[in-house]
Amino acid sequence: MTVVGSSPGTERGLGGGQPANLGDILERVLDKGLVIAGDIRVNLLDIELLTIKLRLVIASLETAKQVGIDWWESDPWLNAQAADRASDRKELEEENRQLRSRIEALEAGEPEGDQR
Amino acid sequence: VTSDNCVWVYAVADDIDPAGLIGIGGAAVRRVAEAGLAAVVSSVPSGQFGEAALRRNLEDMSWLEQTARAHHAVIEAVAKERTAVPMRLATVYTSDDGVAEMLRDRAADLRQALAKITARGEWGVKIYLAKDQAPDRQPEKAQDEKPGAAYLKRRKAELNARQDARQQALTSAEAIYHELSRLADAARTYPPQSPEIAGSPTSMVLNAAYLVPDDRADDFAAAVTGLAAKHPSVQLSLTGPWPPYSFVSQGNHDESGT
Repeated sequence: MTVVGSSPGTERGLGGGQPANLGDILERVLDKGLVIAGDIRVNLLDIELLTIKLRLVIASLETAKQVGIDWWESDPWLNAQAADRASDRKELEEENRQLRSRIEALEAGEPEGDQR
Repeated sequence: VTSDNCVWVYAVADDIDPAGLIGIGGAAVRRVAEAGLAAVVSSVPSGQFGEAALRRNLEDMSWLEQTARAHHAVIEAVAKERTAVPMRLATVYTSDDGVAEMLRDRAADLRQALAKITARGEWGVKIYLAKDQAPDRQPEKAQDEKPGAAYLKRRKAELNARQDARQQALTSAEAIYHELSRLADAARTYPPQSPEIAGSPTSMVLNAAYLVPDDRADDFAAAVTGLAAKHPSVQLSLTGPWPPYSFVSQGNHDESGT
């Protein structure tokens, strides 16, 4: 549809002065680049674990709040339901009652009939 | 270099003068030349970059961010001047002699890597779902419909719509990946980034890197724009040119299976 820059932006031309996305940098400098064992050994597993840890840290720092709000507000069911919750309540209770009796009937081994 | 310092390697080029660049911890960047190659290095204090300290520091996220950005900044500056093989973060030697020895020992590999990336740049293409797939308002529920049943029905329709949108996006992403691969010398994928890291409102479905000849970079960018227009189920982001981090690994055989 559209070409978007990820934010913080790294649109074409990284040299443009905008800092590149940390995730983009880390996945490259940690996972890639030529691997030659130097005199100081840091084993690969440490770095892989670190990547996972980093994801968790970034997640908790930057957007835990956002995620917490978003899922609630963007769930159309939860939102719309809030509005007419009261009027639906009686109906729900009635339906619950009917369903319960229907389950009881089924569990008692009666052939399933039309309960409506 | 005294024994209090270690030597951090950023990149290797055939020849370069990195004087004037500032590296990790504000240290001056210099070169170690050997075997017709030049390693771009700077001195770093052993207290932070010795084995035990390095391991500990790598787990400190703010230390890691600073170091990764400094490492990347030097590589990027070098790559603007000269074809250079970027080294993975934390390639550290105890002395310049160790670096020189590495250049001698790995000269053939390094030259091969340089040849592969000469006049080429790395471009990142991320593909996201076009928008949050939550449907707008739920349809009015039918008069005789029970609220519980209506809920389940809506929920199912919503889940189906999400699934369809995701499936459509994955199909588009695959087509785009292959289309762009035809313009590139090489392509590889990273795991999609989580929204927290990508800073995106929608899910990332593909995170790819391409090695593109410089004289085809404009065509590549145009192709990204064209494909974006052709595939409404997804959004694309193009980043680059990056130093070709993703295309210098010796261990590339490990990746061919994925």
